[in-house]
Parts: sequence; C-alpha cells; structure tokens
Amino acid sequence: MVTMAVQIAREPDGMPLRTKLTRVERRRKLRAFILVLPLLLFILIGFALPIGRMMFNAIHDDTLLTLMPRTTAALSAWDGKDLPDESTYAALAEDLKQAWAQRSMGAIAKRINYELPGLGSQITSSARKASTLSAGPYKPTLIEINPVWGRQDVWSLLKRGSLAYTPYYLLRSVDYQYGPSGQIVASPPETAIFQDMFLRTLAISIGVTALTLLLGFPVAYLLATLPAKYSNLLMIMVVLPFWTSLLVRTVAWVVLLQQHGVINEMLMALHMISQPAQLIFNRIGTMVAMTHIQLPFTLLPIYSVMKTIPPIHIRAARSLGAGPFYAFWKVYFPQTLPGIAAGCLLTFILCLGYYITPAMVGGPNDQMVGSFIAHYTNEELNWGMASALGAILLTATLLLYYVFNKLVGVDRIKMG
Amino acid sequence: MAASTYTSPIETGWYYLHRLICAAVLLFLIAPILVIIPLSFNSVPFFTYPMPGLSLRWYQEFFFASQWRVALYNSIFVAVSVTLLSTTLGTLAALGLSRPNFPWRAALMSLLISPIMVPVVITAVAMYFFYADVGLLNTYLGLILAHTTMATPFVVITVTATLTGFDHSLTRAAAGLGAPPVTVFFKVTLPLILPGMISGALFAFGTSFDEVVLALFIASVDQRTLPRTMFSGIREEIRPTIIAAASVLILFSIAMLTTVELLRRRSERLRGIRNT
Amino acid sequence: MRKTRLMDVGALAVISLATGVLAPATPVFAGDQLTITSFGGPSQDANRKAIFEPFSKESGIKVNEDVFNGEISKIRAMVQSKSVSWDVVDLYPGLAGQLCAEGTLEPIDWKKLGLDRSSFIEGETTDCGVPEVVTGKIIAYDKDKFPNGPKTIADFFDTKKFPGKRGLQKRPVENLEWALIADGVPLKDVYKVLSTPAGVEQAFKKLDTIKQDIVWFQTSSQATQLLADGQVVMAAAYSHRIVDAIKNSGKHFQIMWDTLQWSMGVWVIPAGSPHVDAAYKFLAFFALPQPQANFSNIMPCGPTNKKALALVDPAILPDLPNAPDHMANALRVDAAFWSEKSDELAQRFTVWVAK
Repeated sequence: MVTMAVQIAREPDGMPLRTKLTRVERRRKLRAFILVLPLLLFILIGFALPIGRMMFNAIHDDTLLTLMPRTTAALSAWDGKDLPDESTYAALAEDLKQAWAQRSMGAIAKRINYELPGLGSQITSSARKASTLSAGPYKPTLIEINPVWGRQDVWSLLKRGSLAYTPYYLLRSVDYQYGPSGQIVASPPETAIFQDMFLRTLAISIGVTALTLLLGFPVAYLLATLPAKYSNLLMIMVVLPFWTSLLVRTVAWVVLLQQHGVINEMLMALHMISQPAQLIFNRIGTMVAMTHIQLPFTLLPIYSVMKTIPPIHIRAARSLGAGPFYAFWKVYFPQTLPGIAAGCLLTFILCLGYYITPAMVGGPNDQMVGSFIAHYTNEELNWGMASALGAILLTATLLLYYVFNKLVGVDRIKMG
Repeated sequence: MAASTYTSPIETGWYYLHRLICAAVLLFLIAPILVIIPLSFNSVPFFTYPMPGLSLRWYQEFFFASQWRVALYNSIFVAVSVTLLSTTLGTLAALGLSRPNFPWRAALMSLLISPIMVPVVITAVAMYFFYADVGLLNTYLGLILAHTTMATPFVVITVTATLTGFDHSLTRAAAGLGAPPVTVFFKVTLPLILPGMISGALFAFGTSFDEVVLALFIASVDQRTLPRTMFSGIREEIRPTIIAAASVLILFSIAMLTTVELLRRRSERLRGIRNT
Repeated sequence: MRKTRLMDVGALAVISLATGVLAPATPVFAGDQLTITSFGGPSQDANRKAIFEPFSKESGIKVNEDVFNGEISKIRAMVQSKSVSWDVVDLYPGLAGQLCAEGTLEPIDWKKLGLDRSSFIEGETTDCGVPEVVTGKIIAYDKDKFPNGPKTIADFFDTKKFPGKRGLQKRPVENLEWALIADGVPLKDVYKVLSTPAGVEQAFKKLDTIKQDIVWFQTSSQATQLLADGQVVMAAAYSHRIVDAIKNSGKHFQIMWDTLQWSMGVWVIPAGSPHVDAAYKFLAFFALPQPQANFSNIMPCGPTNKKALALVDPAILPDLPNAPDHMANALRVDAAFWSEKSDELAQRFTVWVAK
C-alpha cells in the first residue's frame, strides 16, 4: 500500500488519484488473468469442448428423424389418439424398404428397443418382410406382418422421433419414462434404479470423505509439527500407496478382508471372534478400500496448509494464557480450514466417479453411478444414457461445489 | 521429542493418544502393502495365505518380458512430463486465481477443476474424437496432454488452498523494496506455497502413473503404460506379476525417497542448519 | 541456489517433452502389416504362439498386437472419427452383433475368405464375425469340500444337499438361464421362457431360493480366487480357467460339465480398416484346422472349425468345452437375445440383487 502511494504521489501529471487507482487495479487484474489464461485455454479447447460435444448426446438424438424421414414427417399431423392413417403407413413402408436396403435398420431397431425393450428384433424382421411389399393398402398389411405396427406406444415413440432433441435419456436417468400414449410416468419399481444409485453414490462419497478427514487430520498435524527428520520418514508411508497401482491395492484388500484373509485369521487366532466375519463383498469392504485409496488425497492438502501456519501463532496464544485445547481450536484449527476444504473436496469429487474398487470388493448393494456409466459406454453402446448420467453427475457436483464454496470455500475463508 | 514436563496429565494423555491414533492410521495406510509383497513370491497364482511354496516366477516374468520394461519406461516418462506440465500450468493458474478480487473466481475455478468431475469413461470417448481431429492419437504427446488435463485440477486445488492464507502484503513489501516480480515469486511466494505445489505434483504424478482408461483410448500399444499392462488380461486372471511389479516399484521408491532424505540431511548438516 | 535447480528442472521438462514429440508415433515397416487386438493375458499368449507367429512366417505380414478389455466404444470412436488403427479385433458375440447392426464393422465376405460358413460350428448369427473360439461357463467346486460333488445345476440350487456359499458373477447373463434350467425348463425352451415376463419372474424366484448363499463377484477372474480362499464352495467360472488352476496350482477343483453354457468369441474387422486385405489373409489362415488345434493344445478353449477337434491332442480333448461329451447337455448363450434384453434385464437384476 505504502509503495503504491509513494509511486502515485511521485507521478508528475495531473491525473486524478481515483483514475490511477482504477488503472492499477485493472492492470493487476489483467496480470492475474494472464496467469490463468494458459490453463484456461488448455481446459476449454482440450476438455470442455470435446466433453460438451459428447454430453450433447444426452439430449440430442436424430436417429429416427434421419433414418425414417418420411414417417416422422407424416406423423407431425397425427393427433396421437387412434392409429395413424393409410398415408403414414405408406410412408413407413417406404422408410422400412429404404432402411433395409441401406442396412440402417439395426440403428432404428436399437433406438426403438431402448424405450420398448424386446421390440428390436420384431422391428427388424418386419422390415425384412416389408422390403418385398410393392403395393398398398399398407396399413392392414404391415399390422399383419407384425402386430407391433398396430401398437399405440410404438407410434407415439415414432412421433417423438420427429424432433432431433429428446428428454428421454435424462428422464430415464432419474427413473421416469414415457407411457404408452406419450405421457411422462415414473418407471415401475422393478426397473427404477437410478435415483437410489445417485443417492447411494452421494452417501458413500460423503462417508468416505468424513472417514478420510477423521483419520487424515491427526496424521497431517503430526507430520506438520514433527521435525523434518522424523516427518519425512513418516511421509514415505503416506506417499508409498501412490507407487502402488489401484488394482494392486484393491487386490491387497481382498487378501486382508476375505473370509480366510489376514484380518479374519488374526481375529480368530486372538479368540476375538469364533466365526469369520463378513468383511468383503459388502459396504464394509467398499468403505475400507475407498478410504484407504483416498486418504492421501485428503491428508496431503491439509498437511500443505498446516506447513504454512507459523508455529509462533499457537505459542503466542499459549503465552497469552490460552489453554492448549483452546489455543488449538481458536488459533490453529481455523487456519487449517482451507486445507480441510481442499482435501475433502478432492476426495469427495473423486469418490463420485469410483467404479472399479466398489465392483471388486463391494457387495451387490454398492454399485455406484460410475459403474453404470461405464456399462452404458462400453457394453450397451448407449452413449445417450451414459452422457445423461454423466451430465447429471457433473451438474450435481458443480452445484454441490457451489454450495460448498458458499459455506466453507475459498471465498469465505479469508485471512492474512 | 517427548511431551514437555510442564504439561498437565490430561495434556500428556492427549499427546500419547494422538501418537497412538497416528500409528494406527499409518499402519492402515501401509498394511495392504505389507501383506501383498510376500504374495509376490507365491508359487501359485492365488492371493491367499498360507502360501504353498515360494517362487520367483512372477519376478522372472516382470524382468524378462520386454512389455513390462517398455511399460515401466513409458509410465515414468509420461508421468514425469505430466507432473512438470501440470504443476506449471496449475500453479500459474492458482496464483492468478488467488489474487484479491479476481472476477468470476468460483465459475473459473469450477471450469478448471471440472476434468475430475466427469467420469473418466466419458472423458476418454470425448477426448478420442478431439485427439483424432488434431492428429495426436497414438502419440506420447497426446497421452501426456490427456493426462495433464486430468492431473492439473489437483495442482490448482492444493496450491489455491495454500495460497488462501497467503499474506499478500509480503509480496508488496518485497516489490516495494525493489525486487522484480520474478524475484518476488522465487524468493517470497514459492517457498511459502512449495508444500502445496509438492502435494499437487504428487497427485499429478499419481494420477498419470495409475491411469488406465485414457491410456487405453488415446494411446496405442507403443505407448503402453504400467496400468495398461496390469489391466491387460484381467478378464482371464489377475496375475501375481502385477504384485511383483508393485513390489519392485515400492522398493525403488523407498530407496529413492530415503536417498533424497539422506541427501537433505547431509546438506542441512553442511549448511549448519538445526531444526528445532 | 534454488533458482538454478528449478531451471534445471525446467530444462529437463523441455527436453523430455521434445523427445516425446519427436518420438515416432508408430514404427514404419516396409512390408504389409496389421494390428490385431485381443484381451491380453494367457489367451493372447496362446494366440501369438499358435497363430500370429506362424501366420507372419507364412505370409510375410507383420502382426502388431494391441490389447484392450472389451472397450468397444473405442472401436465406434475409431470408425466414426475415421482413424481406425485396429484391423482385427477379438470380441464377444453380443457386442459384435451390436456393432455390426450399426455398421461399425465390415460384413464378412465368406467368398473372399475362401471359406465355407458351414465348416464352422453353428450358432453364430452376426454377419460381421468369424467364429474364433468356444468358451464355456461351468460350475466349479472344491473336491476337498464335496468328494461327491454336484452333478446337475439343480444340485447347485440345493443348499441342503450341498451347504455353503456359491459364487456367481454379478450380472443377469447365464444366471437367469441356470435358474430356469434348475427349475425344470428344458434347455431348448430357456430363451423362449425368458422372453416372457412370467419367465423372467420365474428365474428370479428360483434365484431367490439361494440368494442368502450367493457371493456376487465382478470379473470372472475372481471366481478361482474365491474358491481358493474357501469363501465359496462352488462358483460359476470359465472352464479353461479351472482346467489351468487344476493343472498348475495343485488345487483340487472339479468341473461340473452338466448344463455348460457356451458361447463363441469372434474376430471382427472395424469398418474402414486400412489393412482389410491383410486382415482377410489372417482370418483365412486362422480358420484352418491345424492352427486352431494348436491353439487349443496350449489353451483349453474349443476350436470353431469342425475339423480341428480331431487334430487336438487326445489328452487335452476332455478339457475342451466343445468336446462331444460336454455338448450333450449344453446351452448356447443367445447373443441376439441378450443384445436386445440386456439393458432391461440388467436394470431388473440390479434392483433384485440390491433388495
């Protein structure tokens, strides 16, 4: 502040102080922005744009529009009450013939099968038969070829296909779907899994974050206060897991937790239990393994921030008469908050995306949303669903981050 | 360092309780590593004690199959490059973001850390198309950049955290005393944020070193990394070779970290610095 | 002091980045070549010995190998972005069928291959695949626990006669089929019944009877570990994994071949592969009986060329899933059924298994 004032006072020209201050401030902001710019551009071009393009799949689906152009056009006038008229069926026959000839029937059948599971092969086989039709009337013939073409739900699905955008994937990601006549209804309970899965993902992530904080904070404090001679050796124990593959660590937990694993055998040898306890393939296994993997992520940011806190602060508080706990709680702890916030943020976000570890040591009730995203991406090849689930997860994470920021985040904790 | 003599019994109790908790947590951290290393000498491909016999076959596989050597080299090369690149980019960004009154900080921050919020399977597919467009598929540079995207958020978050308590009057004082900005950074700012940078760098290294999905999508077999090799064949079996590989890496890192620590102590002794 | 060290680090970074950029992306070869991608592990080792290396020797085409874990979205991304770098890929039939239907794979021209489709085992319906290998899912048990082990799948569901935990893979495929068979549905009707809502209900009801005793695992490689630890007394597993465990690890595992569920892996060619001709040459070589028999001698999976079975080492033959004895009471996993129903049934399964 003093320097600035001196500099400003020394300037000979007659610019008002306010203008100068604004200008200095602006220059400072610009300099700060330039520091951020390389990473910003890198993330924008190399991440945000590609991801945006991929996530677009969550709402954009023009399969029916481009592959069945005549039918979708003819359906725009359909009121959705009775079955469409003969001219629409003629358009359908034409589209089926073309799709059959161009080998695009697979894509159409797959799209219809998403919403009406089990109809895919019937749609394909009806197209094979329809490809030989030459004259109308098409309506009775097509219904006779395959009764699916007399179904209200099939037609209302095709009508929705006349738009290139669909909320279907997002709806399904929160357990809603279209009813037979196109109204939005809740999915039946035997297939409604996603709301539970999101809540479970959230619960496991919060639990693991809390556990890592509980276990990590005391160790971070010890490491930050011990002389380097000791703390550096202990630090090796904290960073060693980074050299050990996630796969190996997961296998290691199998060795420890399985029925005749190290822990069970030890407890039984000590006569603490008489039967092996079920420690793996359930929530215990998931939480233990995830907490172990995430612990360094919570611990190290806390440690880094603790290292920047001058030990004089707490000594000053003690010498002014504060008790040890009071001094710790009122002077030291608040200064560690940025580290706690950063560590917990990292762990929480990373937990949301887990899928390999809970799959290998968790139970049937521990599937997290990440596993279904992987399933849709690589097994079902349903990128619409994968993107929709991913987009919801991303949005939820951003929202939580925003709330977190308002409550305890960087903007709140201002010191120095 | 023992509890000071003038403390109350409760305080002494807390002191030892704290030590006890820390010992338990540290044990929890390394227990899996301790139990898994002996199994790398198991003669059968199962992860169960007691072992029916001892054998070096998994080490033989690790040291004599060229794929593991190439993978080790690639992993270290890629991870080190990623660490340097992301630590630089992330620290610069964190410095900028931590300036007082930075506009839209929260929004920018969430954009910059968003790569760890998107499930990596989706990122991998999305990035595949991008890297295909720019011609970086199946190259080291492509893999390094892809990993850097995933690794930089860690640096941004940890360095920002250490900068939150940062006293900006220190840099102003240095500047006021005539130090150019670069000197201010290296002499004043850097020593203060170094713990955060090191943590961030460690996370960045770990992210790249243990990443398998992007390595599978963006890179080809020529850039195969350790995790890619470890996950290969996982449909059929989990081979104990991965434990042999892990054991070798652990020994290597213990040796390296201990050497660094010994060197540090030596230089400290030479410079006559005494830690209190 | 610190400054110079940092500059060294910076210089190192620049150098290492530069070498990275300058390192050639893919080695350049004068002759023909192709990239074959498979699942890695012992099966790829066997493929290399029995097929890739002899093929290279005979044709002069260099084989580059890549590995994946079934991430078919990479194949789709390759084809859509016109940057295909895999020429021949090993796939599950269901996934191959899906990719084939959307046009991501080259349809196989059997004339160009110079082969007769009927010389292969029947049952594979996708137009884009050459049948590669027969794998079988069986129930394995520990003979030390049950000297007179289970004989039928009904025994697997009988926890009174054979007490103890059972290991099953955490997915509907195979489990729903076994449940129906154990409930008395004849093999030929399994998929017909499973296509109806009542059939699905029946399968889950049957699984309900042993639900308390099931340990669900994720990847098939976990089955042997579960048996070895004694966490389960019997488990669903790939037959060739159990054969390997019996031979090489001294475990007294036993295979129950009854109601074996088999399926065929297929070789496919991604659409737009730059080495289609070389790929066809490879597939033509692969399809010969002798290389297939050589593969089965190393890795106890079944050959797909009907003539190859006769060339397999008679000592190995009983270990193969498609040995005549085993096929007597076996079910082929219907890939077409699952590619249509897996999404729906996977959701139902998830709800059921978590209850």
